[in-house]
Formats: sequence, C-alpha cells, structure tokens
Amino acid sequence: MALLEVENLRTYFYTRGGIIRAVDNVSFSLEQGETMGIVGESGSGKSVTCYSILGLIPRPPGKIVSGRARFGGIDLLSCPKEQLRRVQGKRISMIFQDPMTSLNPYMRVSDQLVEPLLVHEKMGRSQALTKAIASLEEVGIQDAASRINLYPHQFSGGMRQRVMIAMALISRPEILIADEPTTSLDVTVQAQILELIKQRQKDLGTAVIFITHDLGVVASFCDYVNVMYAGRIVESAVTDEIFARPMHPYNASLQQSIPALHEKGQPLFTIPGLPPDLTIDFRGCPFAPRCVHAGDICKEQNPALKQTAPGHKTACIRFQRGEIADLRLRNVVATV
Amino acid sequence: MIKVIVGRLLQLIPVLLIILTVTFFMSKMVPGGPFSAERQATPEVIAKLNAYYGLDKPLWEQYLGYLARVVRFDFGPSYTYQSESVTEVIARAFPISLQIGTLAFCIALVIGVTAGVIAAVNKNKLWDYFPMSLSMLGICLPTFVLGPILALVFGLVLKLAPVSGWYGLNYVPFHPMILPAVTLGLFYAAYIARLTRGGMLDILSQDFIRTARAKGVPDHQIIVKHALRGGLLPVVAFLGPALAGLISGSFVVEKVFNVPGLGQEFIKSVFNRDYPLILGTVAFFGILIVVFNLLSDIIQTLLDPKSRK
Amino acid sequence: MAAVTASIEPVPIRADELVQGTSLWKDAWLRLKKNHVALFGLYAFCMVGLFCLVGPFFTGYTYEQTEISLKASAPMEPILSRTETRKTGEPKKSFIAFSNLEDEFLDKPESDRKAIAAKIANGEAYQEGRNTYRLSNQRHFFGTDPLGRDLLTRVLVGGRISLAVGFAATLVSVCIGVLWGATAGFAGGKVDTLMMRFADILYALPFTVIVILLMVMFGRNFILLFAAIGAVEWLNMARIVRGQIISLKNQEFIEAAISLGLSSRQILFRHLIPNVMGSIIIYATLTVPNVMLLEAVLSFLGLGVQPPLSSWGVLIDEGSRTMETSIWLLACPAMFFSLTLFSLNFLGDGLRDALDPKSSKD
Repeated sequence: MALLEVENLRTYFYTRGGIIRAVDNVSFSLEQGETMGIVGESGSGKSVTCYSILGLIPRPPGKIVSGRARFGGIDLLSCPKEQLRRVQGKRISMIFQDPMTSLNPYMRVSDQLVEPLLVHEKMGRSQALTKAIASLEEVGIQDAASRINLYPHQFSGGMRQRVMIAMALISRPEILIADEPTTSLDVTVQAQILELIKQRQKDLGTAVIFITHDLGVVASFCDYVNVMYAGRIVESAVTDEIFARPMHPYNASLQQSIPALHEKGQPLFTIPGLPPDLTIDFRGCPFAPRCVHAGDICKEQNPALKQTAPGHKTACIRFQRGEIADLRLRNVVATV
Repeated sequence: MIKVIVGRLLQLIPVLLIILTVTFFMSKMVPGGPFSAERQATPEVIAKLNAYYGLDKPLWEQYLGYLARVVRFDFGPSYTYQSESVTEVIARAFPISLQIGTLAFCIALVIGVTAGVIAAVNKNKLWDYFPMSLSMLGICLPTFVLGPILALVFGLVLKLAPVSGWYGLNYVPFHPMILPAVTLGLFYAAYIARLTRGGMLDILSQDFIRTARAKGVPDHQIIVKHALRGGLLPVVAFLGPALAGLISGSFVVEKVFNVPGLGQEFIKSVFNRDYPLILGTVAFFGILIVVFNLLSDIIQTLLDPKSRK
Repeated sequence: MAAVTASIEPVPIRADELVQGTSLWKDAWLRLKKNHVALFGLYAFCMVGLFCLVGPFFTGYTYEQTEISLKASAPMEPILSRTETRKTGEPKKSFIAFSNLEDEFLDKPESDRKAIAAKIANGEAYQEGRNTYRLSNQRHFFGTDPLGRDLLTRVLVGGRISLAVGFAATLVSVCIGVLWGATAGFAGGKVDTLMMRFADILYALPFTVIVILLMVMFGRNFILLFAAIGAVEWLNMARIVRGQIISLKNQEFIEAAISLGLSSRQILFRHLIPNVMGSIIIYATLTVPNVMLLEAVLSFLGLGVQPPLSSWGVLIDEGSRTMETSIWLLACPAMFFSLTLFSLNFLGDGLRDALDPKSSKD
C-alpha cells in the first residue's frame, strides 16, 4: 500500500478568459521514504498538482473537478476541512519557491516556527520553543537561541529557506512537498539547501515530492520522476530510466536542450513553438504540434499513460504502438 | 524609534509657527476690529479697549508678544466671554468634544475593522457586497445628513435620546453623548471598513498566508495572527487624517445636536470675530493633529517590523 | 502546408498574435463597460448633472421667488389660486397651499374652513369679498420651503453651485497638485525634498479650520470658496503624481527620450504626465465628492454660499431645522447630494479597476 495515491486528479481554474485546465487527469503514487520528482516547465501544472493535494488551491477561481488523493485511509480531496487541516503541516508539510515572501514579515521567526506544534500537538509554548531552537540548529543555523527572535527580513534568502525547512519538518511529517525550493536562490546556496533536504530526509525517513524544472537536480536527487506537460504526466519512471531511455519525445527534447559543455560551437537545441493554450479543450496529444515524431494519430487520439517497459510509463501513442523507439539516437535538426 | 518621535516633535514647531503666523496676520488684515464697527462706542472707549487688549502697539510687537504668551499656553482673554480666558474656554469645552470624539473613534474602529475583515474574507460573496454597500452608503450619507436623520428617529419619534442640549436631560435612556458619537463614528467606520478590506485582501493574497494554510493553521487564527497586523497598516495610516476629519466633523455634529464642545466654540468665535479665541482654538487643533499624526506613525512602526531600523 | 483543421497546428507564432494591441484607453473603457456599478455611477451622475443644468429652465419657478402663502407645502400638494379683482387695473393672482388655508381665513371657525377646502378641492370656485378661490393646476414637485420657494428649483440650482464648486475646486487642486508633484518628482534631489517637506508641513495643518477662517476673513466669496478648497485638496494629488513620476523616470523610454535630445519640459509634458494621466483621472474623480462634502460642511455651518443662492449643503441645513414638520425639505436635497456622492464614488472605484488592472486581479 502506497503512502499517497493520487488518482485522476483534475484541477481547473474558472477565469474570465475561460476554463484553464491546469491539471488534467494526473495519477501517481508515492511510497514511504521515497523521493519523487515532478519535472516540467512553468505552467505545466506541477505546483497546482501539489497545492490540490494539500487543499491550497484558491477557491474560487480554482476547483478540483475530479480525483482522489488517498493518504492514511482518507481522501484528502473530499474529506472535511477539519480533517484535512489535521494533515496539513502535521503529516504532510510543504516548502515553497520564494523564501522571501513565504514567511510572514510581521511575525517573529519563533512564533512562526512553533505554530505547527501549538496547532497540532497542543504543546506548551516553552516546550515548543525549545523544540524550535533545536530544529533551527538541525538545519544549520548557528546561534539559534538568539536568532529565533528575529524577524524574517533580518535573514538572508538561504537562511530563510532553512527556516522554512525547519518549520516544515518540526512536526516530523511523513511527506514533505518541496515546490522548487532552490529556484530563487544563488547557485552555491542551492547546493547547500539540496544537501540539507537530503540529509534531513535521511534522518527522518520522510517521503519527498520534489517539484522542479531543473533536470540536473532531478538526476542527483530523486528516486522516481514524473514528467509533466500541459497539465498531464507524459512519462514516469525511475530516475535512471528517464535519462537512459526516454520514451516520450517531450522528455527527449528536454534533455536535448540541456547545453552540453563538450559541444562547443553547436547551436543550442530549443523546442519549437509554445505550450498549448490550456483554455482550449483540444483533442489529441498536447505535445503533438511541437513534436517531430507526431503523426496523424497524435492529433486524433487522446493519449493515456501506459506501461511500456517494467516500471516505465509513457503517454506517447506512437511509442506505445512501437512506431518509434530509441528517441535518444534520433538527432533532430534544431529549427528556430 | 526615538529618533522618529523627536523628528516628528520637531516638525511640530514649524507647523505651529505657520498656523499661528497665518491666523495672526489674517486676523489683522481684516478691516475692522472687534470694537470698531459693530458696537456704538465713543473713540475714547475704543482707545481704552485697544490699549487693554494691546491693540495700540505696532503689529510686529503685538506678534512677538503674542508668540511669547502662546509658549506659556496663554492665549489671552476672550473678547466674547468677558470673565474667561481663552485657555479656560478650551479647558471647559474640549473635554466634551474629546469624550464624543473618543467614543466615535471606538465605534468607527470596531465597526469598521469588523466589517472590513468580514468583507475581505468573503470576497465577492454576499457578505462582501452587503457590508461594502452599507459602507458606501455611510460615506455618501455625511454627518450633516445622518445626524438630523438619527435625531429625528431616535429623538423625536422614538424619544430615546435628547435631540439637543447636553445637560440635565438624563431621564431619557440614551446619554446625550451617544447620538453625536454614533453619527460621527458611523461615517468614519465606513471609510475604515473600505481601508481594512483593501489591506486585508492585499495581505490574504500573499505567499505567507499560503504557508500558514499549509501548516494547518485554523482560518480564524490565520486572520487574527497572520493577516490582521499587516492588513491594518492602511487603517493606521488613515488615523492621522481621520482625526482632522473628526475635528471638522465635530463642528457639524455639535451643531446638529447642540453640544457645547470646542467645535461649537470655534464656530461661535468665528462669527463673533473673537480673535484670541480663534487663534487659540486653531493652534490647539494644530497641536492635536500633529500629535495624532505622530501617534499613527508610532503605531505603524510598531506593526511593521521592516520600518523599524 | 496542409489546410489547417486542428486547432493546434504548428504555425509559427508572430508577435502580434500573442499580444493583441488595444490602446490603454480603449481597454479601460471595455473594462469599465463590464462594471455595472460603475456604469450606473456614470449614468446617474450624468443624469443629475443634466437635471441641474437644464432643469431650472423647465420647472416654471425661480429659486428666489417667494410666496409666503405657499410656505412649506408638501410635495405635490394641491395648490389653490386666489384672484383678487381690483377696481383699477389688472386682477392680482396669487397661490395658496391647502395646508396654509388657516392663515387665509383666520377669522373663520375650523368647520367652515374645512367646508371651503372641500368645495374648492371639488373643483368649484369660492367667492369671498373681492377674492375668488379656485383649484389651480400648479404643483410643486418637491413642495416648497418655509418662504414658499419651489424646492425642486432650489435643489437644482443648488446642485449647480455644489457641482460647480466640486469641479472648479477639483480643477484647481489637480492643476496645483500635478504641477507640484511632477516638478518635485522630476527634479528629484534637494528640490524634491524641499517641495515635499513643505507639503508635509501643510498636510499637518487643520485645513477645514483654515478654510473656515479664510471664508470668514475675506467674506463669503464664491471664487474664494473654489480657491480655498482647491488649495486644500491638492496635497494628495501631488503625492500620488510624484510617486508615479519617480518610478516612471527610471524607465528606459525616458532614457531613450533623453538620448534623443528632448528638453526636460518636453519629457515632462509629452512623456511623463500622459503616463500618469490614469492615476490623475482616478484621483480627480474621487476628489470631486470630497470637495463637495467640504463645501456642504461649510454651507451647513453657515459659512458657504449666501441666501437667496443655495447649495445642497445650505438646503440640507435649512431642511434639518424644520424636519419635524416638513421632512421633505431635508430628504430631497439630501437624496440628490447622496446620490451624487454615491455615483461619483462608484465611478471612481470603477475607473481605478479599469485603468489600473493591477489593483484588482480577479
């Protein structure tokens, strides 16, 4: 039994410009202690997927149209608000992209850190404070006992993300959702934060859902990867498989667009065109208009995620049919 | 922090100097003194009166003398109240205005903030449109419209409150202070409700509110602990100007309900051309406004840790 | 290429397809049109303005024409006419409200008066001495004031004054505010500090008090009223314009203008001020009701326009004195006044949403 099982999740946003199908029929499962990556470009629905699970979609305009997220015997998407609240921050925690804006600038760090303990464990304030100081030390903040009384703006970006991590892990959650936790940080700090998350995960045995657009981070960090495009998962496999044997043209082109140091003087590969407008309810594969392998069937038939090799699923119809194979070797001429 | 206070207190000096100078010279520029035109008096009497009030000296001497006395909070004798000095008139009338103003202020804050928070939490739903329509109504029914209406309904029809007068009417259920304070308070409650809603909407859309939700903090705690502090900043910034408004509002309300407060005294002094009283009350209002601007600045720095440096 | 059938053919994307070019003003108008409350405000305000402007020509009365026998008649109350035949010259005609019949026949007992009133109300004529009384067609839509003046005419003429003060004073405040704020923001440095410090000090003055003083010291002069209120209200405008100019000044298109050799004045008036026009319009719309409020406060306190001229503030003041017996004298001007404030505030809010979409991203 998986720790978290998401099935057929659809999250739509009802805006003036039309219905945005931000997440369209996404299913995945997460095992205990596993690190799962969700990769995709901005707007591919990876953050919205996780916000949906934790009930953080602003409603309106957002709405979870269908789906289930089974966790510890309850469905997070349909359970009463109060029940969901007891999961939030206690059994599933989240850290966000921008540590500058994700901490409350009007509250002391101490008050924010102890909050999960006060809310969920009815712990006394002084005991919670001791625990909070310990948790700050665990994420590598020196002199925690005195710095805990500062306000967020008195910390640097990297330090704030450490505070966020300490806050998310303070109640020992079973799942940590990390929404691009390093994107807005300096490169050197990025590595430190990644290392820290890895370390804490090892200490606590927490499962991690890691949202990123950085394939390099995925390679070094995740056990299992879901690649998302236009609100759908187009390919999922263990990390090595994703890189060694891409089975969806989108994944293959993504990897091809990573600049390689040994190919000096070559023009950089880019995927032509733009992601589809999610307000249009189109037929066929969303990647088809940009795909060099696309055939007529790709515009006709809605693809489904199917297993094509042990532990490896793809949503590419032509790959499933065996019409194309070995996407790595096929060298595509870049079109601009 | 202390620097801010000292800086603001220093700003009081030019402000007061401008007020005093402008009012002093304005009163001198007007043709006809208090004793020349209106009353039938012999030249000797006028000369005597002028000498008594120091009006026979050169202008600059009068001005300097005036400033010197103001520093000691002595605004001189009133022309209309023969037995009282200006300071005494202020000391008599201001407590009444202060009571009404304070009560009005509390009404405005409690109703305004509550309505604003409710509206912001229920954005674009019934409980947003309803309080906000009421608030718009409040803004468009200024004190001099609302006051007479309240006086009519509660005073004349329901006979719950005295319609006019301040003393000796304690047999009615409402204290004479209540209607004026409610009139004044509701008008500012309307403004505060709009400001609170705006501020709260701004804060509630911030990332850190999402963080708090992700931590499983209950909704009411999110509003009280996480959002209210930042959301109230625009309201606090409004407090200074609101006081200026309360003062001019008190002119109207004190007239409508016939309250013997400082606003009434000021209007009377203006009609009577009682220059010492005019100058005194204007300077007093000036001090009040600067002090309240200062208070609102201090509260702002207390609420917003980023501005504390 | 094959005929485009599916909605997502790989067509090369051109820049003009991505961003549909609509001008800021057209865009704003489209957004405003969707905002029903703001549109209501716009139409209501135009109606009130139109009524006040042309209405007094059609009411059939003037704002100063008194007729004491018509005093305080209720809205639409039947009016009777009295024709006095004289030996010499024309017969003299005057009007009486039914409620004032008591004053006309002071010597008669109550029952007689009632009989006479009933008779006249039936359409019959009544003769008494040289006077003939008849039911007249004349009606006062809003009734009359204690001097027998037609309230509707007075409200409309008063509205002219209130609106004129509102707009003229706003114009004054916009001119001063924009020039002051733009100069301070554009010049920057010490000039900016000095100008804004000056505004800060003015901001701390008890302004209503100063305006009251001005009105008293220099007589209740109409023009002075404009100037005094305008001079009070420009401070906020100056602050807003300065803030916007400063943020615009550092953008590239200004650098481009400088590198093209434009003079400071050209940059200020051709590039900067047009770009802050949106904010100026929004704020000006919201200043008008504020100004009208201040004028009304002054008039209410007896410091505004003088009789027989009226403004809404004066009328509300008069009405509140007689509200126990004739509530319409308070209700009618208050209704016009509140409706105007209402519509202007809604219009201002709507304009803010329309011209500054960032402020409302729902």
